[in-house]
Amino acid sequence: MKLIYEVPGNDFDRAGEASARVKKALQRLGVEPDVVRRVAIGTYEGEMNALIHAGGGIVQADIDTASTVITVKDKGPGIVDVEQAMQEGFSTAPDYVRALGFGAGMGLPNMMKCSDKFAIDTVINRGTKITMWFEHKRS
Amino acid sequence: MLKLSEVQKALSARTIEGQDKLNREAESAFGADLMSDVLAFTRKKTLLLTGLTNVQVIRTADVSELSAIVFVRGKIPGAEILQVAKECDIPVLLTDYTMFEACGILYKLGLPACHIKETKKDEQIR
Repeated sequence: MKLIYEVPGNDFDRAGEASARVKKALQRLGVEPDVVRRVAIGTYEGEMNALIHAGGGIVQADIDTASTVITVKDKGPGIVDVEQAMQEGFSTAPDYVRALGFGAGMGLPNMMKCSDKFAIDTVINRGTKITMWFEHKRS
Repeated sequence: MLKLSEVQKALSARTIEGQDKLNREAESAFGADLMSDVLAFTRKKTLLLTGLTNVQVIRTADVSELSAIVFVRGKIPGAEILQVAKECDIPVLLTDYTMFEACGILYKLGLPACHIKETKKDEQIR
């Protein structure tokens, strides 16, 4: 099953809809609850990042019986120093984002923690693709 | 572990969404206005205490599978936020206590914290 959602670029209130829908789809398929929770959190972090740093993007979920792969693609500025961006607490988010409760520099590390495998593909001034792999455990 | 009905009573709180779900239990609690940290450090069935009132508080609670949200310091979320809470099946309580007071009251009643290291080790890293 392939699900594709657009992350709006400037509508803070609508971010999170993609992860909510992916979560519901996985629940309907009977995927193990702890896996569903990790996918939902990882997807949501990806959505917020696309909104905050890149003016939106695309979330794609590829779901089969054994695994879910989440891809978050944007056409934003790219990540200058990936190693630095992966450090907990490092953030380039503007103050208004922090006032909304985000931009604490936990997003990328949390996506890596939630997923079984994690990859960042980024090109300066072209965009970023984040891929998260999740294996479905049998309940 | 505390039932939401016990949380409501202890915090002299008003339940504005999920009145029929006060039998649910909270296994731990986390107080924060920073949703980034809620996403990184909570486990499921955690009670969230926060003074931040935007729709992403509900989204964060939904993906993290939290038991309920308590808005502290007398903060009142807007109708559109409550509508999302209803759709996501997340009870919402309001208290006039400050974050510090509300957390202290619940901690005294035996509701444990989300231990950050344990959460990282056991729940997130696999």
